[in-house]
Amino acid sequence: MELSPPDIPTDTTAVHALLICEHCDTVHRRCPLARGQVAECARCGAVLERCRGMGANALLALILTALLVFAQATLWPIVTLGLNGQYVDATLWDVIHTMWIDHSQVVAALAALTLFVFPMCKIFMLGWLLLYARSGRRAPGFRRLMVTLHYLGPWTMSEVFVLGALVSIVKAHLYFDVQPDPGIYAYAALMLLITVFAGVDLTRLWDETSEDSP
Amino acid sequence: MSALPRAGELGLIGCPVCGQVCDAAGADGGALACPRCGSTLHRRKPAVYARCWALLIAAFLMYIPANVLPIMRTASLGDIDDNTILSGVVELWVKGSPGLAVIVFCASIMVPMLKFLALGTLLITCRRGSRWARRQRAQLYRLVELIGYWSMLDVFVVALLTALVRFGLFSLVEPLPGVVFFGLTVVLTMFASMCFDPRLIWDGKEDSDD
Repeated sequence: MELSPPDIPTDTTAVHALLICEHCDTVHRRCPLARGQVAECARCGAVLERCRGMGANALLALILTALLVFAQATLWPIVTLGLNGQYVDATLWDVIHTMWIDHSQVVAALAALTLFVFPMCKIFMLGWLLLYARSGRRAPGFRRLMVTLHYLGPWTMSEVFVLGALVSIVKAHLYFDVQPDPGIYAYAALMLLITVFAGVDLTRLWDETSEDSP
Repeated sequence: MSALPRAGELGLIGCPVCGQVCDAAGADGGALACPRCGSTLHRRKPAVYARCWALLIAAFLMYIPANVLPIMRTASLGDIDDNTILSGVVELWVKGSPGLAVIVFCASIMVPMLKFLALGTLLITCRRGSRWARRQRAQLYRLVELIGYWSMLDVFVVALLTALVRFGLFSLVEPLPGVVFFGLTVVLTMFASMCFDPRLIWDGKEDSDD
């Protein structure tokens, strides 16, 4: 079943028809948005809400794609270096492991959290929520997961890692033969998917799902 | 009341997590919880100035060794070379690709500096209740939030190169303490920008054109 159009509030109490800009505390009356439209705060210009062009089914499909691509990005080697016939490649896990044994545990922990743990949590949590949101229901643990997703927001850095890999390739190219491996392409695809998801206003899930699951 | 009412004037609070519009009545006594997601509601984030300044100063203290200490050691055939962030950028400019050098320079030097300056400016002007360039300051804050984590770039470069370049004694790359300080700088500045409450920019007297 498709979601009801996200712009018609499910209940029409006065409070529900209002929006408060989280950047300047201005109260706005909620207006219906057409697909792809963005509502901006009249006072400070922050984005109040945006209407996504995708239903929950489409988002779920994207999340599954992201999960596959993420698995590939994590498991496959990223780059191979060659020097005098010797070849060395590295996966994300080699990166984390090497930093850990090289006395940079802080960096290893940062990389493990921002490149693996948090993105994976995000993908699984979103997938779980969307699985139920398809039929307008709230998944078990909906409340807690939505709050966790909110706080997880800025702590995933896969896209920064792609740029880092690019810089590393150029730097290593000065001294070694460098071959990009499948992992780097998977990361590039992941970067595109992340960009798509960045435009999705997830707080709408609160309005689009009903409290009491059938 | 001006044309654009603010939540405080109407006795409302917006939930920072789920966006729910909540009735602020009763918030004065104790903590109020959002009826929808259960998060604690505040009119303004608590102790903004103390927390933000503390994190910002801590980040700045980390930023000094992050730039002074080398972040990476490259050794090949007994030739040992320690690189700081800046010398890494210079090397990339001279030998590699100038375009990427500009990107790395922006991410690792300009972005942290911009964050220190921007957050410092925001904290000082908000404290004084300044009405100067409110819209631009609001945009500045959103910019800081948007670009903040790109500074991790250099940390990931060092980590990736360390993992890749291990041809025994012949050639290796080692992380040096600078990179740890740099990672901490990024994390601390991210926390600092999260502690700031952009609603403070708009508090105080209204502009005449509002």
